Amino acid sequence: MTRIYISRDSGALCVGAEAVAKKFRDEAKSRGLDVEIVRTGSRGMYWLEPLVEVETPQGRVGYGPVKAAKVGELIDAGMLEGKAHEKCIGVVDEFPWFKNQTRLTFARCGIIDPRSIEDYRAHGGYEGLKKAIAAGPKAIVEEVLTSGLRGRGGAGFPTGIKWRTVAETPPQQKYIVCNADEGDSGTFADRMVMEGDPFELIEGMTIAGIAVGATYGYIYLRSEYPHAFETLKIAIEEARKAGYLGDNVMGSGHAYDMEVRLGAGAYVCGEETSLLDSLEGKRGEVRAKPPLPAHIGLFGQPTIINNVLSLAAVPLILDKGGEYYRDFGMGKSRGTMPIQLAGNIKHGGLYETAFGITLGELVDDIGGGTYSGRPVRAVQVGGPLGAYFPRALFDTPFDYEAFTAADGLIGHGGIVVFDDTVDMAQQARFAMEFCAIESCGKCTPCRIGSARGMELMDKIVAGEDREANLVVLEDLCDTMKFGSLCALGGFTPYPVMSALHHFPEDFGAAKKRLEAAE
Amino acid sequence: MSRFEPWTPERASEIIAQHQNQKGATLPILHALQEVFGCVPLDAEPIIAEALNISRAEVHGCVTFYHDFKREPGGRRTLKLCLAESCQASGGRALEKRAKEKLGVEMGGTTADRRVTLEPVYCLGLCHSSPAAMLDHDVYGALDEERLDELLKEAQS
Ligand SMILES: Cc1cc2nc3c(=O)[nH]c(=O)nc-3n(C[C@H](O)[C@H](O)[C@H](O)COP(=O)(O)O)c2cc1C
Ligand code: SF4
Ligand code: FES
Repeated sequence: MTRIYISRDSGALCVGAEAVAKKFRDEAKSRGLDVEIVRTGSRGMYWLEPLVEVETPQGRVGYGPVKAAKVGELIDAGMLEGKAHEKCIGVVDEFPWFKNQTRLTFARCGIIDPRSIEDYRAHGGYEGLKKAIAAGPKAIVEEVLTSGLRGRGGAGFPTGIKWRTVAETPPQQKYIVCNADEGDSGTFADRMVMEGDPFELIEGMTIAGIAVGATYGYIYLRSEYPHAFETLKIAIEEARKAGYLGDNVMGSGHAYDMEVRLGAGAYVCGEETSLLDSLEGKRGEVRAKPPLPAHIGLFGQPTIINNVLSLAAVPLILDKGGEYYRDFGMGKSRGTMPIQLAGNIKHGGLYETAFGITLGELVDDIGGGTYSGRPVRAVQVGGPLGAYFPRALFDTPFDYEAFTAADGLIGHGGIVVFDDTVDMAQQARFAMEFCAIESCGKCTPCRIGSARGMELMDKIVAGEDREANLVVLEDLCDTMKFGSLCALGGFTPYPVMSALHHFPEDFGAAKKRLEAAE
Repeated sequence: MSRFEPWTPERASEIIAQHQNQKGATLPILHALQEVFGCVPLDAEPIIAEALNISRAEVHGCVTFYHDFKREPGGRRTLKLCLAESCQASGGRALEKRAKEKLGVEMGGTTADRRVTLEPVYCLGLCHSSPAAMLDHDVYGALDEERLDELLKEAQS
C-alpha cells in the first residue's frame, strides 16, 4: 500500500486541495491502486499548496503545487514511487525552506492527521501533560517562568507571571481562556495550529488548568474560521473520549474540561477584556484595567487568557524543560516565533524560527521578494495596528525590544509585503477607516478620532490645505495614542504616522515640511 | 428558493431553549437563530431577553454590536470578499471593484434575484494566498480576475 498525504488546512483548500484529493481517490479506484490518503494540516509552504506527499523509503517526497487535472499525469510519471518530476521538491523534510526552520510549536503541523489522537501521541503528544501531572502545579508554573515565554497575542507579556498571579488566588472557580480571535491581517498561525495540530492547544490548556487550579476552559474562536471550528470540536471530543479531558484527567485526580465558542465578527473582541465580556454574552466593550483578568476575569473569576500560540508552546516546554525553550532566541525574546509571511510575497507561509533574524532576511531571502516581481517598497509588521517599515529599516532584528525601538511592534508575527505600486497615503487612510469600523465606541479619541482621521486623510489626498491638515493629523494621532483606553485607538497612529514619516512623498507636501523640521 | 426557514416565534423559542442553559448563552443563541432564519429579527429580542432573564436593551445592544448579525436574511449564498491589508497588497481593491460591478451591488448588498449577498470581511487568515474570499463556508485564495469570475459564477449558480 502507498500512503499519500494531502492537507485539509483551509490554506490548502482555498487553492483546490479538496479537488486534488478527490481526483486521487478516483484515479486510485479506476486504476485499482492500493493507496491510502491521509488528510493533514499544512506544512506552511502555501505557494506549494496543494502539496501532495508520498511516503517512500527515503521519507515523504513532495509534489506541488498540484492541479487536479494533472493528477493522472503525475501518477503516470511514477510519483507514487517518489520519481522525479518538475513539480517534485524532493524529500520535504530536506527541502531548504522547511529544513532551515526551528519547528517547536509547529513540529507536527502538516505531518500528522490532526483528528487522530493516536497520531498525536505517536509524535510526542501528551508527554508534556504526563510530566506536568507528575511535577505538580507549582513546578509547572516554574517551568513556564524559566522558559521565558512571552505572550504571542501581541503584547508580549511574560506568560509565567500571568500564570503565577492566577495560581496565587485562593481556590475557587477559575478559568482558562484561549484567545483565538486572530484578527490581524497577515496572520494565520493560530489557524494553522487549530486546523493542523489541535491537540497541542488542548494539551496546553489542560496543563494551564492544572497549573492554576482551573477546571474549565473556553476557546474563543473568530467566526471567520469555520474549518478550525470543526476540527477543534472533533479534537475536544476525541480528547474527552480518551480520558485527557473530564473529571479525572489521565487518572490524575485533576478535573479539566473545555469547549469552543464562536465570536461574531468584531476585531476588538481580540482584546482580552472585550473578549471576556463577549464570552459572557455581552457587547464586546473593553473593560478598564485594573482589575486584571487574572484576578477578576471571566464571570468575575480568576482567569488566564492567552493566545493560541502561547498555550501551544506549553506542552513542549513541559516535555523538554523550560531551559530547552529559553536557549533559543535573543535578549528578552526567548524561544521561537512562528512568523507569517503574507501580502504581495513570492513564498507566502509560516516560518518558525528563533528570535533575532532580520526583517530583510525574512522578506527578501525567505519570502523571496514580491509575488508581482516588482520591488518591495513597504512592509507592515504586526497587523493593522503595526507600523509600516521601509527598506531602510530591513536590518531590524525580529525581537520585541528592537521593534519597539524602531517605533513598531511584532504583534502576532505577521509581515505583509507591498510592492512599489502601493500608495501609502491610502494605507494610512485605511488604518483610520479600520479603526472607525471596529472601534468598540467606549472612548472618544478612538470612536470620533478615527472618523475625523479618515476625513483628514481624504482632504490630504485631495490636496486640500495639506500643510495645515498634516499638522492636525499629527495632533489627532497624539490624542488617540495617549487618550485611548485600549490599543485599537491607541496604536492606530502607528501605521498612520509610520507611513507619513517613512513615505512623505505619498502625502504630497509632507516631504518638504518634514525636511524643514529636521 | 431561500435556504432559510420563515420566522415564527415558536420555532425561535425552540432554538433558544436548546442553547439557553449554558453560561454566557447570548452569542450561541444569536448564531443559532441566524443559522436557521438567516438573521436575528427584532421580534427575537424580547424572547431572548425573557429566556435569559436580562433586559431587552441588553439583547438589543448585543445584536447590534457584532458585525455578523443581520436584521434581514441575505441572498441564497453569501460571498465575503477580504478587504484587509494583505489582500489590498495583492490586488484586492481591483477585485472588489470588479465584484461589485459584475454583481451590480455595493458591499452589503444583495443581487436583485436574491442569489448572492456581497459582504466585506477583514482577514480570513488566508493572507499567504491573498486575495482571498469565502463563499458560505468554502474558502478561495490566490484570486485573480479569472478566478474571481469563476467564483462569481459559482455564487450565482
Ligand atoms: C484591538 C486588539 C485586538 C487584539 N486581538 C488579539 C487577537 O486576535 N489574538 C490575541 O491573542 N490577542 C489579541 N490582542 C491582545 C490581547 O488583548 C491579549 O494581550 C492577549 O490575548 C494575551 O495573551 P498572550 O499573553 O498569550 O499574548 C488584541 C489586543 C487589542 C488591543
Ligand atoms: S480605544 Fe477604541 S476600541 Fe479601545 S476601548 Fe477605546 S473605543 Fe474601545
Ligand atoms: S488580509 Fe485577506 S485573508 Fe488576511
